[in-house]
Amino acid sequence: MRRVYLNAHEVGRFGWFAHVLRVDFLLLLLLGTVVSLGLVVLWSASGQDPDMMRRQLIRLSLSIFVLMVVARIPPSLMRHFAGYLFWGTALLLVAVLVVGDVGKGAQRWLDLGVIRFQPSEFAKLTVPIAVAAYISKMPTPPSIMRSASAVAIALVPAVLIVKQPDLGTAILVAVSGLAVVFMSGLTWWAIGAVIVALASAAPLYFKYVMHDYQRQRVLTLFEPSSDPLGSSYHIIQSKIAVGSGGLYGKGYLQGTQSQLQFLPERHTDFIFAVIGEELGLIVGILLLMLYLAIIIRCLVIAASSQDSFSRLLAGALTVSFFVYVFVNIGMVIGVLPVVGVPLPLISYGGTSMVSLAIAFGMIMSIANDKQVVQRRD
Amino acid sequence: MARKPRRDIFFEKNLFVYRAIQVAVMMVICFGALAARLVYVQQVEHHKYVTESERNRIRVRASEPVRGRIFDATGAVVAENQHSYQLVLSPSEIDDLDDTIERLGNLIEIKERDIQRFIKLRRVASAFDAIPLRGNLTDEEIARLAVVNHKFPGVDITDTYDRYYPLGSTYAHIVGYIGRINDRELEANKGAWYSSSAYIGKTGLERFYERQLRGTPGIARQEVNASGKTVRILEETKPIPGRDFYLTIDHRAQDKAIAVLGKETGALVAVDPRDGAVLAMASTPVFDSNLFLGGISVADYRRLADDPERPLYDRTVLGQYPPGSTIKPHIVLQALAKNVVPSGYSINCPGYYMLPDVDHRYRDWAKWGHGRVNLTDSIEQSCDVMFYDLAFNMGIDRLSAGLKEFGLGEKTGIDQIGERSGLVPTRDWKQSRRGQKWFPGETIITGIGQGYMMATPLQLAYSTALIASRGKTPRPHLQAGYRDNLTGVYRPFTPEPHAYEIKASKSQWDMVEKAMFRVTAGGRGTARKVFAENAYRIAGKTGTAQVFSIAQDSVYNADAIDRKLRDHALFVAYAPIEDPQIAVSVLIEHGGSGGSVAAPIAKRFLDYYLLELQPLQQQEREAQQ
Repeated sequence: MRRVYLNAHEVGRFGWFAHVLRVDFLLLLLLGTVVSLGLVVLWSASGQDPDMMRRQLIRLSLSIFVLMVVARIPPSLMRHFAGYLFWGTALLLVAVLVVGDVGKGAQRWLDLGVIRFQPSEFAKLTVPIAVAAYISKMPTPPSIMRSASAVAIALVPAVLIVKQPDLGTAILVAVSGLAVVFMSGLTWWAIGAVIVALASAAPLYFKYVMHDYQRQRVLTLFEPSSDPLGSSYHIIQSKIAVGSGGLYGKGYLQGTQSQLQFLPERHTDFIFAVIGEELGLIVGILLLMLYLAIIIRCLVIAASSQDSFSRLLAGALTVSFFVYVFVNIGMVIGVLPVVGVPLPLISYGGTSMVSLAIAFGMIMSIANDKQVVQRRD
Repeated sequence: MARKPRRDIFFEKNLFVYRAIQVAVMMVICFGALAARLVYVQQVEHHKYVTESERNRIRVRASEPVRGRIFDATGAVVAENQHSYQLVLSPSEIDDLDDTIERLGNLIEIKERDIQRFIKLRRVASAFDAIPLRGNLTDEEIARLAVVNHKFPGVDITDTYDRYYPLGSTYAHIVGYIGRINDRELEANKGAWYSSSAYIGKTGLERFYERQLRGTPGIARQEVNASGKTVRILEETKPIPGRDFYLTIDHRAQDKAIAVLGKETGALVAVDPRDGAVLAMASTPVFDSNLFLGGISVADYRRLADDPERPLYDRTVLGQYPPGSTIKPHIVLQALAKNVVPSGYSINCPGYYMLPDVDHRYRDWAKWGHGRVNLTDSIEQSCDVMFYDLAFNMGIDRLSAGLKEFGLGEKTGIDQIGERSGLVPTRDWKQSRRGQKWFPGETIITGIGQGYMMATPLQLAYSTALIASRGKTPRPHLQAGYRDNLTGVYRPFTPEPHAYEIKASKSQWDMVEKAMFRVTAGGRGTARKVFAENAYRIAGKTGTAQVFSIAQDSVYNADAIDRKLRDHALFVAYAPIEDPQIAVSVLIEHGGSGGSVAAPIAKRFLDYYLLELQPLQQQEREAQQ
């Protein structure tokens, strides 16, 4: 694929900006809006802690840089290295199980002396790349056999992560891979069959494979008041925060649940509850719409791409992004079990933000690539 | 390796677009579901969660007021508060509680008992309560703790008031004691703002006047954070101190009452017939109520609880005994008042009584009988046969109604915890309690205060006071008045009048009084030996109450039977007859004869009260003016 640059007048009003930086302006604008809202909310959720804000801003700058860099990596290159990335990730995950650090009862961290990181975070990105590369070798829709092999590729790292144990991340990694298969146009009856199989396996999984604390989390969802100071404390406090916010919220920095620290994990996984409490239903719905706009924009980018790998990758990353948002907010308002998923673009924390920067960087790279092809036609 | 198939780019792209649209629709539906849930939580359930968030945020703290003190009739302190310092721990702020307690134990003395109590209190305490570990810190201990204060987060020294009973056992039964509130009391006093480590009156007046003694706690509505730290105070009211109470009893009289009872197990109650003021109310053996402060030790408690003489038991209001012959004057009065017999009525006493057509012999205490006796003689000599006869003639309905008018069978209404009502049997009572009809023989033995009949020593003293006052003595009471500590105003207590009117003529009253005088001064009076040459004229009545029934015609030998089966010795009296100042009842459990055991005790008390204490009190009053 030959690289051809566009002239300024051909790419619209801010086109020169997007053209030079290789970013999708509309997507960047939407992301910027959500991130800005996130910083405002974090100031409140952190209890007005300037240190925390500084760290988050540093991460944000780093993430923007990462996004810019990744946006310049052509999709073809990613596709070329898909295999290496996948096996590299698998190796790291094995390493974690063998020599990993234990934190909070689970072996998730790999300490290289200089940096300490969770290889499972990598998997969320490398698995969709690998599966997309695998499926796009053949025409879509893939055959049943090929789909099955693709699912297997996604499940290998997921199983390794379950062993850590980190069920939440494992599911997300699996989802990121399965999303590719799903986007590849697998027939609905096959998807239906898999869903039925999973649904029937879930109770067995719940009974025989899950750890006690995982089971507890699922149980709390159905009976939150059963254990008000244990695992259901999070859900109860979070629902109180959101519910007491009402239509307009208690006012910025005025949330009693958040400011008086009744709400646990308020700057990380439960930050949406701070939004619900202080800014109310209107801002909550507005945020959902912003997320939806980002998702639609990404799907449009994916659909506009001319090459199968790019489409599948962009589509799968979008589905993953959706799943994060859905799982996080669903957890905060008490419709899904408590799993450690941060709210994308808003929650405090480095790993999540950098991962997102890489993902959106890849989507932007795909957006750039599309334009080149358009030009050639 | 399969041959690479030809790819249809447009088909694949359309396939993806189609799938992307499906996915987008699903996502919109999912977000719609989240939005619907948000609307539900934030709109429909909004108020519920607002309430819950307020409950999280606002904690109401009550501060205990200073408890009212108790003084006796002379102003001597009976119950007071001693300011002291206590060591309190806030477990929510302490990481390693065991370690902290151990380190504190190296600095000051912490007994195993303190730790046990702390653990017990902690179980019932709220999450952020400070729990006392040790009370009564000495100045040296405070100094030692102050130096290392910074090493003990969550450990504080706070002011407190410890209850103290300077007169120890003198008022132990009357005043009672306070103790840590228990679960049941917490539950019963919901809304009264007792903390889980608060003190509450457990027995006696401390419990009876708990609400007034305690005062009104101060309430602070505080905004707190999740770790229980107070962020700000939203509103606050100051505690209102409790009332000081004054007793009707002079501690010297009370001490004397305990002293005259001596080693006997029994009770002495003295009431002023003029106003119903209790002048002494002793139950022996006694105990020291200070033992209960700060939690009684298991050993001390066992010793008191397992004592067969039951020192914790206040016999004056809780003990119910057959009144025996002490109610004979009351029966004579009612027989006259209700026109059952004429005042000149007399019978021949052969030593036993028989109902018409029944074989059973009701024995008199004097085996050979009293010969011919009139009503006055029958009180003086305590002739049982006369009273069998009177009871038979009155019938149980008039008999029990007459006794009830003397406050028997009902609570006197004294300001004391747990007063028992005693028992005056009636047909209805027997039918409802025993499911049996009343038998005539039961009427007969009621006439000598036996059978089902029961009375407390307080009731006996009060019913005697009613004779002295011709039925006018108000209800007995321990409170002389109280002082409001906020205003400093003293309010004297106004006793309620006696609930019944006893319709008897002066001559009928006088006749009973004369008979009672002859009990102590007559030639055949049952207490004549005790009151020979008495300095004041005294009206009395002895009583010897059977604890178990003696088989027909068997020989009664007091020494041969177990002490626990021996008769209760009773004596009631009032004096001086011309102007009654005091009515007294004495009960000695298993003491034997009332005339020889209970009467001398009553005499010693009355001698002291009338000949020593009253003149002394008079001097004191004059000196004050």
